[in-house]
Amino acid sequence: MIDLVPPGAVMVLGALLVPLLRGRVRQAYMLALPVLGFVQVVMLPSTFVWSIQMFGYDLTLVRVDELSRVFAYVFHIAAFLSVLYALHIKDNVQFVSGLIYAGAAISALFVGDLISLFICWELTAIASLFQIWARRTEGAYRAGLRYLIIQVGSGVLLLAGTILHYADTGSLEFQELGLVSTGTALIFLAFGIKAAFPLLHGWLQDAYPEATVTGTVFLSAFTTKLAIYALARGFPGTEILVPIGALMTAFPIFYAVIENDLRRVLAYSLNNQLGFMVVGIGIGTEMSLNGTAAHAFAHVIYKGLLFMSMGAVLYRTGTIKGSELGGLYKSMPWTTTFCIIGAASISAFPLFSGFISKSLILTAAAENHYTLTFLVLLFASAGVFHHSGIKIPYFAFFAHDSGIRCEEAPRNMLIAMGCAAFLCIALGVAPGYLYALLPYPVEYDPYTTSHVVNQLQLLLFSAGAFVFLQKTGLYPPELKSVNLDIDWLYRKALPALVQKVAGGAGRLKGRIQARSLAGIERTVRYVRGHHAPTGALGDPWSIGATALWAALLLVAYLGMAYL
Amino acid sequence: MTEDGKPSSYWLERPGSVGKIIRALIGVCVAVVAADFFYEKHGHYSWENFPGFYALFGFVSCVALVIAATQLRKILKRDEDYYD
Repeated sequence: MIDLVPPGAVMVLGALLVPLLRGRVRQAYMLALPVLGFVQVVMLPSTFVWSIQMFGYDLTLVRVDELSRVFAYVFHIAAFLSVLYALHIKDNVQFVSGLIYAGAAISALFVGDLISLFICWELTAIASLFQIWARRTEGAYRAGLRYLIIQVGSGVLLLAGTILHYADTGSLEFQELGLVSTGTALIFLAFGIKAAFPLLHGWLQDAYPEATVTGTVFLSAFTTKLAIYALARGFPGTEILVPIGALMTAFPIFYAVIENDLRRVLAYSLNNQLGFMVVGIGIGTEMSLNGTAAHAFAHVIYKGLLFMSMGAVLYRTGTIKGSELGGLYKSMPWTTTFCIIGAASISAFPLFSGFISKSLILTAAAENHYTLTFLVLLFASAGVFHHSGIKIPYFAFFAHDSGIRCEEAPRNMLIAMGCAAFLCIALGVAPGYLYALLPYPVEYDPYTTSHVVNQLQLLLFSAGAFVFLQKTGLYPPELKSVNLDIDWLYRKALPALVQKVAGGAGRLKGRIQARSLAGIERTVRYVRGHHAPTGALGDPWSIGATALWAALLLVAYLGMAYL
Repeated sequence: MTEDGKPSSYWLERPGSVGKIIRALIGVCVAVVAADFFYEKHGHYSWENFPGFYALFGFVSCVALVIAATQLRKILKRDEDYYD
C-alpha cells in the first residue's frame, strides 16, 4: 500500500470523497481513514525512502525513522478521536478540512526535504483555517484572518530560509540544521511561530478558542506538535531553546489564572505544555528528546480530552465563560469524570499519562545541571495543576451552581472522551508501551518512591494552596473580561499607530495644499493688480501714446545699431 | 439543603461535605510529607532531600502565582467588548 501513496495522503485524498457520502456510510468512512493511515504507518519498513525528481530537485516524500513514527501514531489517534467527537455534526466543510489538515500534518512528519515540508506546512495552515471559519461568526472570521496571516507568514519564512540555506549548502535535505546561518535562523523562526514561542504566541490564544466546538479539538493536536517535531528534527541541542522553553512554561500560567474563557485557559496551558517539550529539545540528550516525544504523545491525547470536555460544555450550554458556569456535574456527570481524568493527566498525577512523560524532561534538566530551568519547570508543574487541573473542572462543573441544567454530551462525544480518558490512564499505568516507541532506548523508571512522593507533595500542596486561597478570598473571581496579551500589538496598537500616521499624513497634506493654494492666489492677485482692465498695465492706451512709445523704441534701436 | 428544606440529593451539597473533602485533603497532605521520613531520598540536588521540600515549593509557588496574577489583572484587564 505504501507504494501507492505517502503516509497522510490517505487522509488528504480520502477527504475529497467525503461530500459524496451520506449518513452512516460517511461516518464509517471517515473513521476508517485514520485507521487505514495508522496501519500504513505500522507497516512501513524503518528504512523506507521514497524520492522523486521534480524541477531538477530531489524531493524526499517519505523517509521513515522512529521520531517520525511516534508522532505519526499519535496524530492518527488524534485524527480518529477528533472525527469521532465531531460525528454528530453535518458540516462537510469541517470534515473535509479537518481530514486534509490532519493528513497534511502527518505527511509533514515523513517528508525528507524542506520544499516538501513547506508545502505540507502551508497546507496545514490553510486547511486548519476552516476549523475556525466554520463557526461562522464575525469574531471567528476576524480571528481566522489573523490566524491565516501569521500561519502563512510562518510558511513564507520557512521558504525564504530554505532558499538561503540551499544557496549556502546546496542541500534541501531536512535534517539537523542548527542555528548556523541566516537561512537556518529563518527556518528556526518559522518553526518558532508555529510552536508559539514567547512573543510569537499570540495567534494560539487568539484563534483556538474562536474555532468551532469540534474544530478546537482538531486544532489542539496538530499544528503546534508538528512544530515541535520540526524543532526536534532540525534543532536538537540548540542551547537557546532551553530558556525559550522555560519562559514558555512559566508566563502563560499567569494568564491562565485570570482568564475567563475556559477554552482560552486551555490554550494558555497548551502553550505552557509546549514549553516543556521545547526545553527537552534544547537540552538535546537522548533522554530529553525521548521526553519531548513522549510528552508530545501524552499531551496530544490529554489536551484533546480537555478541549473535548470544554467543547461539550459549550455545545450543551452555549457558553464557556467561567463566570457563567458552575454546578454542571449534576447534568453532565460523564463529561465531568472525563474532564477530571484529563486534568489529572496534564497535572502529571502518578498513574496518569503526564506523569510518565514530563518527568523524562525534568530529570534530563536536572542531570544536565540546568538548575534554574529545573526550578522554573517545577513552578510551572505546580501552576499547571492549579489552572488546568483544578480551575477548569472546578469552575465548569462545581463552584457555585449556575442553575444551568442541560443534557449530557451526545453519545459520540462521550465515546471519544472515554477513549481518550482510557488512553490517558493506560499510558500512565503501563508506560512501557510508549517508551518502546520512543526514538532512543529508554532506561528510566518513573515509579520510584521518591519521584511519586515528591510529585504527590507538589500537587497536593498546590491543591491545598487553592483551597487556602479560596477560603481566604484571595483567589481572583472569574470576571467577564479580556486580558491584554501580545495580540494587542496587532489588534489595537498597530491599527491605532496606522491611523495616527495616516491622520498625520492627511493633516500634512492638507496644510501643504492650503499653503500652495494661498501662494497661487497671491500671484494671481498680484498679476491682476497690474494687468487687469483697471491696473496700470491693463489700461487701454491712446493711439498717440502708443505711437510715441513706438517711436521712442525705434530711436533707441537705431541708437543701439551705432554702438 | 435545597430551597424546600429537604436535604439535597447531591452529596456535595449536603452540609459538611465540603469540610470532609478539605479534611481529607489535609490528611493526605500530612501523610505525604510524613512519608519523607520513612525512606532514603536520592535527589539530584541536595535541597531536594530536605523533608517536605516539594510540599513547600508547591504551596508557595501556587500562592505566589495567584497573587502575582491578581496584580497582573489590574494592568491587563479590559471590558469583554474591548476588541469589538
